Amino acid sequence: MIPLSWYLVWAAALFAVGLFGVLARKNIIAILMGVELMLNAVNINLVAFWRYLDVRDITGHAFALMVFAVAAAEVAVGLALVISLYRRRQTVAADEVDLLKW
Amino acid sequence: MGANYLAILPEISLAVLAALLILIDLRLKPERKHILPGLTAGGLLLVLVATLLFARPAAGAGESIWGGMLRHDLAAYIFRIIFLFGAAATAILTQGWKTVERRGEFYVLLVLSTLGMTLMAASADLIMLFLAIETASIPLYVMAGFMTSDDKSTEAGVKYLLFGAATSAVMLYGFSLLYGFAGTTDLYELSAAAAAGDLPVLGLAGVLVLALAGFGFKVAVVPFHFWAPDVYEGAPTPVTAFLSTASKAAGFAVILRFLLAAYPLEVANWGGLVAVMAVVSMTVGNAAALAQKNIKRLLAYSSIAHAGYILMGIAAGTVLGATGVVYYLAVYLVTNMAAFAVVIIFFNVVGSDDIASYAGLSRRHQGLAFAMLVAFLSLAGVPPLGGFFAKILVFAAAVEANLVWLAIAGVLNAILGLYYYLMVLKVIYLDRSEDESKPLPVRRSHMAVLVVCLVLVLVLGTVLGPLYDWSTIAAGGLF
Repeated sequence: MIPLSWYLVWAAALFAVGLFGVLARKNIIAILMGVELMLNAVNINLVAFWRYLDVRDITGHAFALMVFAVAAAEVAVGLALVISLYRRRQTVAADEVDLLKW
Repeated sequence: MGANYLAILPEISLAVLAALLILIDLRLKPERKHILPGLTAGGLLLVLVATLLFARPAAGAGESIWGGMLRHDLAAYIFRIIFLFGAAATAILTQGWKTVERRGEFYVLLVLSTLGMTLMAASADLIMLFLAIETASIPLYVMAGFMTSDDKSTEAGVKYLLFGAATSAVMLYGFSLLYGFAGTTDLYELSAAAAAGDLPVLGLAGVLVLALAGFGFKVAVVPFHFWAPDVYEGAPTPVTAFLSTASKAAGFAVILRFLLAAYPLEVANWGGLVAVMAVVSMTVGNAAALAQKNIKRLLAYSSIAHAGYILMGIAAGTVLGATGVVYYLAVYLVTNMAAFAVVIIFFNVVGSDDIASYAGLSRRHQGLAFAMLVAFLSLAGVPPLGGFFAKILVFAAAVEANLVWLAIAGVLNAILGLYYYLMVLKVIYLDRSEDESKPLPVRRSHMAVLVVCLVLVLVLGTVLGPLYDWSTIAAGGLF
């Protein structure tokens, strides 16, 4: 069987890619995609731990289900807010959304 | 562990209230929609009374209910009362806010967010905690961006969402590792597993840092504070008031339970980190507030500084510290709500949030100016107001925990804070303007909120006994 650590390293790499996307990308949609990658890393962790801990205890599974249900809700609200921003300002670039500062 | 319906009475009744509001909003004729804020506030106050009467837990360590998902104890109870009061005051303060007051969905979101907060205060399981945090946050993103025809509000909504989504993903990554280390998501079983001594200390420390990102965002402490000034300025002011009081209290409720009651690491391992965050928060918040021209931004930086003061109580990691946190949050709720009530009343008439436009307020409306005086002096920590005793408690906790340097930093910061609060009061009382003779009408309902908050500020500063005893018992139950 593939050792648990492989999954964890994979998840960590995915998390890092997502975090990089959040911090480095300028497009708000791309930032939201970065967040999704981070949440996917979380799900890989949860399911991998579930498989290698006690398989009869479905806590990890339940947690993963909750995570992507909430992620869907968050993205739905996020895209709605982005649309309302785009209608006002005709942009989805994070660095052009700078009305509020200092 | 069993089904205890009375213990979740507030949550059940909030869910019912939200459903009722949707239905009422559907049936209500457009010209009658102005009753929505009052209806929401009335409903929330009913829930508050029901909670006070029926949902009170026995003093002591509390018990896990609903399969270990929730904890039924006095800390959760006090925080629920804080949230319900904050939400009711917020609902009343939206009266007269044109883009909001006739929109039923806004009030549904407000009630659902409050529901999320009450669950945050009681969660005893990582899954429940995550769900509760998101239930509280997602409606708040929408509420912050609610004025879709306003550039600043839409920007505030998007910024709040981006910061919130990113930090909650980081926190969740920490939760997933914690589940892997301990094999359980039950917070109270976690600490039992740690007592057995088979958890990696380094891993736990890493998880703690990740989790603190999510919690730090909720309470707006440095370095997770960047969203606060922008969102506070852009969001509709009643939402800002809700964010800075109830939402912050919810974040601290989680931190209290997670760090002090459940986390399987001793205070010695993380106290230093939290203490540093506290000092940096206070200093950054107070220093940045000095330069602000907009009253909402000033209050935002002041709220970052206050998050720092409250964090001192957590850093102490003692019963006195936790008592201070609970007491501080109750006082902060009524004080900040009073300050924001004045800002809202003033904006409704004058249409400006600039500090300069407050010139001559004392001649224009004596009562409002006095309300601002009391609220700001309480925020600054001047006796005999509530803010003074709250600060004493957290400073004392720091000293008791041998963190004298932390207490000294706190006192120095309190002096720095006093300066910018007094600067605003100087504008209100000493500066003159041409508008001094113009009337400044105040709604009765707004005045009622203001008076209740101010009376509570005074009461919490002079009649210390009841809330202090409650907080002590609640704090004792956490350990």
